[in-house]
Amino acid sequence: MIHTPIQFSLNGEKRSVAAHPMEPLLDVLRRECGATGTKYGCGEGECGACSVIINGELAMSCMIPACQAADATIETIEGLARDGELHPVQQAFLETGGAQCGICTPGMVLAAVQYIRHPERSPGGAAEALEGNLCRCTGYSAIFRAVELARSRMESA
Amino acid sequence: MTSAAPPYRYVGHSVLRREGADKVTGRAIYIDDRATPGCLHAKTLRSTIPAGRIRAIHFPPHIPWHEFTIADARDLAENVVALILDDQPVFCDGIVRHLHEPILVLAHPDHGKAEEAVRAIRVDYDEEPGVFDIGPGPVMKSYRIDHGEIDAAFAESDVVLEGTYQTGAQEHVYIEPNGFIAEWKNGVATLRGSLQCPYYVHKAVMRALGLPAEKVNVIQETTGGGFGGKEDFPSVLGIHAALLARKSGKTIRLMYNRNEDMASSTKRHPSRSLIRTGCTRDGKLLALDFEFLIDGGAYSTLSAVVLSRGILHGSGPYRWKAARLVGHCHFTNSPPYGAFRGFGAPQSQFAIELHLSRLADQLGIDPAELRRRNFLHRGDVLPTGQILAEDPNLEAMLDRALDISDYHEKRKKPRGGGSGVGVSATLHGTGFTGNGEVYLASKVAVEARADGKATILVASTEIGQGTETIFSQMVAEALGIPIGDVVFHRPETDRVPNSGPTVASRTCSVVGRLVQRAAEQLRDRLSGASIADHVRRHGVAREEAVYTPPPGLVWNEDSYRGSAYGAYSWAIMVAETTVDPVTRAPKVEAIWNTTDVGTIINPVLAIGQMEGGIAQAVGWATCEQVVLRKGAMANGQMTNYIIPTSADAPSIVVEFMENPYAEGAYGSKGVGELPMDGPASAIVAAINHAADAGLAHIPATPEDLLS
Repeated sequence: MIHTPIQFSLNGEKRSVAAHPMEPLLDVLRRECGATGTKYGCGEGECGACSVIINGELAMSCMIPACQAADATIETIEGLARDGELHPVQQAFLETGGAQCGICTPGMVLAAVQYIRHPERSPGGAAEALEGNLCRCTGYSAIFRAVELARSRMESA
Repeated sequence: MTSAAPPYRYVGHSVLRREGADKVTGRAIYIDDRATPGCLHAKTLRSTIPAGRIRAIHFPPHIPWHEFTIADARDLAENVVALILDDQPVFCDGIVRHLHEPILVLAHPDHGKAEEAVRAIRVDYDEEPGVFDIGPGPVMKSYRIDHGEIDAAFAESDVVLEGTYQTGAQEHVYIEPNGFIAEWKNGVATLRGSLQCPYYVHKAVMRALGLPAEKVNVIQETTGGGFGGKEDFPSVLGIHAALLARKSGKTIRLMYNRNEDMASSTKRHPSRSLIRTGCTRDGKLLALDFEFLIDGGAYSTLSAVVLSRGILHGSGPYRWKAARLVGHCHFTNSPPYGAFRGFGAPQSQFAIELHLSRLADQLGIDPAELRRRNFLHRGDVLPTGQILAEDPNLEAMLDRALDISDYHEKRKKPRGGGSGVGVSATLHGTGFTGNGEVYLASKVAVEARADGKATILVASTEIGQGTETIFSQMVAEALGIPIGDVVFHRPETDRVPNSGPTVASRTCSVVGRLVQRAAEQLRDRLSGASIADHVRRHGVAREEAVYTPPPGLVWNEDSYRGSAYGAYSWAIMVAETTVDPVTRAPKVEAIWNTTDVGTIINPVLAIGQMEGGIAQAVGWATCEQVVLRKGAMANGQMTNYIIPTSADAPSIVVEFMENPYAEGAYGSKGVGELPMDGPASAIVAAINHAADAGLAHIPATPEDLLS
């Protein structure tokens, strides 16, 4: 495969990687950046395990060709915790049982963070905001509790 | 929660998931996250017919085959995936018995070239007609349980009702596909994988490669869901990867993509249940004649055990004057069906529970009331002759479930009015059936180590259900030490004793009991000293515990009589569903559940087991349809195999009514599988109420309600 250099910002750091322009961003993040918190689940944009936030939008990185990430600002799960402190959404997932096997968790946490940042985009609430992220362990109830807990803590902070 | 405040410091408390911080931060390393520089990527060549013979395999000349490592049956010591009957070959032995059956494996440094090569190989077959329905194929296994005088009980009955009930296959859809990494160094195979049962893989690799126990080390990596799907199936990947590693001398990376995983891996057994019951006019159950049929697929794998658990649960939590339960598992040309949460019990209890709801309608008795009149009590005799030693508090559980769900009001809604309610009552036996736990002879160890900490050594795996946390709670409790001073050793066959497979709702109650015992022995040995002091004076201390059956637990495998399980967990489910007037799509709005799983070790984790299991049952009952073409899953993608999303998730209310089991760890019974048993029948009963329908199968689709 012919690789070309692509630059973007990952969790606030400038990165320059070598990737095939049509390679899924998911593979680039995992291989070139060591960002293995972003998971492969289906490779066809159905499960959301590979969700990242690109230029402020939640997106499935398995469906994004690397070339589209050029000059983008990308947030992955690795960028959420600061100085060893869990992000309030991460903390809430831990407390309510929102993470079981954990494989959907990075994508689900990012989707929840995005929902809390932009609740107006999901009039149907968390059930609508998280619809693109599949979880097979929890039945979503504990995830909804995590979102509510994090939201109330972040509002009162 | 209806329990009193627990008297313990850790047990009964929602201690945070121990590996949880790694999971929410993305730091947890799953198999595909492990870097393997210089590795080869493996791919599997699979059959494209469901039945027939392989005539020839052609390797086209445009591929530089010398760059590849290729392995097939000729590289094996024995062409068998060792499990129970050992009828499944690692690679087709010239005869193809199902679609997607492995023929050979190959590996190359470039993943794309490995994929291209496996696509380029051409196989000539002599195709033969396959068998794809339950029935015409040979019988793999049968069981029969007779209890009382069945003909007399039918003769005594005022009302006799017959019915046929069917359940479809179900795919696990763990969000992490199967994967393995294998290394071969100095004659030792080291395998890392996503798996539930390290010692199953260990045994299978030893047999297939002809290696002694000490030359195979199986390590469980963080595992992204299992639900039974990673019980026996990973043995196949383990053998394939180890074989290529031995042949190439290189590290082998074998990662299934989603489609390969869904198409080739095990599923929940499809079932057909033929039920005939007799009862009095006022609903006293007298006679049960239950024929339970399941599709086993092309090889026996675990199907006989699934069949057994199916018929052992087919009589439900009820007293029957007489019962005959007959089970048959048939061979077909489908990929082998396998373990999936509940293991046969969800299928048989779907049938009996839906049958009882139909019976209640026929008798003009409320379905909840019909159940109440027949619940089991202490001293009642189960069809196997087991005298129930525990006292299930089913009436109180039912009352509570009806109360919190406002059942009686919902029940008054007119049939066909678009909204309906259904109820079910189910049980689930804790641990392996019959003498299974005796044969397993599970062993655990707890060590006091020089770091001042207690280390838990078990082969029981953390797959999301909370093994690591609950075992740590038990050890911290028994030793009276902070939970931070308890270490859970990663399951690795070189280091941990064989505490048996992580299946059958046995981990918390059965294996946990051994962990508790080993920790209590260690506490006695320390006799008040701290671990650090003890180790300084006497060196490392290790305490082991081996399973011994509870007193009075006797099972006769030949006659199939005796105590099938040491304890049962119990659940009431109430389901409310609506049916869209235009699309006829059923939607599960809410599930109310009361549950007795003994003492709750960790409320957050236990509720998570119930809620998650209920959601899987909602999917099985409504949207999850495995489309079988030539016996195999044709819709092996998340795009067209639909599991519940957050928008589909019903509101779920779970309440525990704790009834401790003296032989379970800190009073616990089995948890994980119970929530799979009851929801589907309650949902279909509710759909039938909402749509004035008579559905007797799942998944219940909009198409079913349009016709």
